[in-house]
Amino acid sequence: MTLDVERGAIRMAPDDLTALRIDEVLVRKMLVAFLRDETLKTGATRLVLGISGGVDSAVVAALAAEALGRENVLGLFTPYRTTADRSRTDAQDVARVFGIRLEEVPITAQVDGYFAGLPQVDRVRMGNKMARERKSIEYDRSWPDGLVLGTSNKTELLLGYGTQFGDLACALNPVGDLYKTQLRELAGHVGVPRGVIDKPPSADLWEGQTDEGELGFTYDQADVLLYHLVDRRVRPADLIAAGFDIALIAKIRERIRRNHFKRVMPLIAKVSLRTVGHDFLYPRDWEAD
Amino acid sequence: MKIAIAQCAPALGAMRRNLEMHREWIAKARATGAKLVVFPELSLTGYYLKDLAADVACAADDARLAPIAEASRDIDISAGFVERSPDAKLHIAQGYWSGGALRHVHRKVYLPTYGIFDDGRYFGPGDRFATFDSAVGVAGVAICEDLWHLSVPYVYAALGASVIFAPAASPGRGVAEGGDLGTAASCRMMDRFYAQYLTVYVVFVNRVGHEDGIGFWGGSEVIGPDGTVCARAKEWEEELLVADLDPELVARERARNPLLRDERPDLVFRVLAERMGVRVTE
Repeated sequence: MTLDVERGAIRMAPDDLTALRIDEVLVRKMLVAFLRDETLKTGATRLVLGISGGVDSAVVAALAAEALGRENVLGLFTPYRTTADRSRTDAQDVARVFGIRLEEVPITAQVDGYFAGLPQVDRVRMGNKMARERKSIEYDRSWPDGLVLGTSNKTELLLGYGTQFGDLACALNPVGDLYKTQLRELAGHVGVPRGVIDKPPSADLWEGQTDEGELGFTYDQADVLLYHLVDRRVRPADLIAAGFDIALIAKIRERIRRNHFKRVMPLIAKVSLRTVGHDFLYPRDWEAD
Repeated sequence: MKIAIAQCAPALGAMRRNLEMHREWIAKARATGAKLVVFPELSLTGYYLKDLAADVACAADDARLAPIAEASRDIDISAGFVERSPDAKLHIAQGYWSGGALRHVHRKVYLPTYGIFDDGRYFGPGDRFATFDSAVGVAGVAICEDLWHLSVPYVYAALGASVIFAPAASPGRGVAEGGDLGTAASCRMMDRFYAQYLTVYVVFVNRVGHEDGIGFWGGSEVIGPDGTVCARAKEWEEELLVADLDPELVARERARNPLLRDERPDLVFRVLAERMGVRVTE
């Protein structure tokens, strides 16, 4: 972390988001280089991602087009019958602005077919199925020479606000180290349409769903707290002393703990002397010689 | 005295490919008229090796390094590799080849094992700091984390070095608004501070490219003994950086600013020895 003597030490207050501001030019350069390098070294030449009409996938689409060329990026809009019309027009807008191909692949038939005959399906269970259905389509469309991009941001990853092997699944995630508010800032810089940046974030898994409504707090509240808690390793007692809400701290810390399984590879039972995931530790970018 | 810096992107675990890459950069460096070309940390193997470290390790006299020795007949070469010591310990090493032979090896002493680093899990530490004669004067090598320990450049200066080679695999991080890249700001502060206050040249050689999602930021630079930037490479991109080192500037700067002449390493030694309960006789 940089301590700028002219700006003074980092301030810690629940409503002060200044420490979260990023150098957008630098971040864009880093993420484009990441996508280009990490894609090409695998031998893949295309990138595939789901375009929801939201800000996260819009930023990833922009970065992907810049990294590999717009003709090498495929966006997939995968609506369910309850998906808002606004999501479709926003997805089309994003594809048009960044010049990438957008295909619409509805998932209503397979989701409804699967759940047909079941009396009452919980909407979270339904949402998880939809997220995995979408990802399975993205992976299929990436065959044989493409990689699937993830669009989960740092706030979602830390809070576990995502479906394991659903929206969380990907080969590369360029935005997983940016909080939602930082991603919004980057979105403005890369030219995401204003309407997409400003609308309330939503997984759009059921009518009227919003992220902040479901989580019970705002991204601004979560991000500033997560920043001090995770990035700066500030202890909860010191956060409380600085005016952060004790209940919010507890809620967010518990979400981080409870959802950690989504951030790691599956556990493998160790019985031998050398075990995948435990002490057979090779880098993913292990290159051919 | 011209020096070339190879700000390259080694392939992880692919030593044959990296040897070929070195030959290309050495040829380019030779064409500039440089007397020496310096490669980054672990330039022949890549950095985040994990268990690959044992697979790519070789003895300092291994035949796999012969092409580097061969290429050093008409230009000196400093390059990084995984050294397997005679007693089978693995080290992060930086070799110095000249006139067709390996002349010096520095083993990284400070192995960062925290945050994004895990050197201490896979490698053993070096146990010494020794200067040697390089094409551009008496030199000491500080591999990446070595340079962050201020005793290291201090010891080299006390031993008579006029240039410190700092090969690195420095991951870029810290993107707060209104500042430089966090790592770049820290490295530049160190390079300049050491150069100016020890009146030495600091040759910082960082790599570029990505390994497992981590990007190395480049920004290699040569800082003069007066604290000025003699040359600086671009960030994030490959570049062969060429700089001119002037031994006379070291002499002039030390005449003007005789900090090193007046330095008391004997006093430092005595104070530390007393603190550690070691008896020192005059």
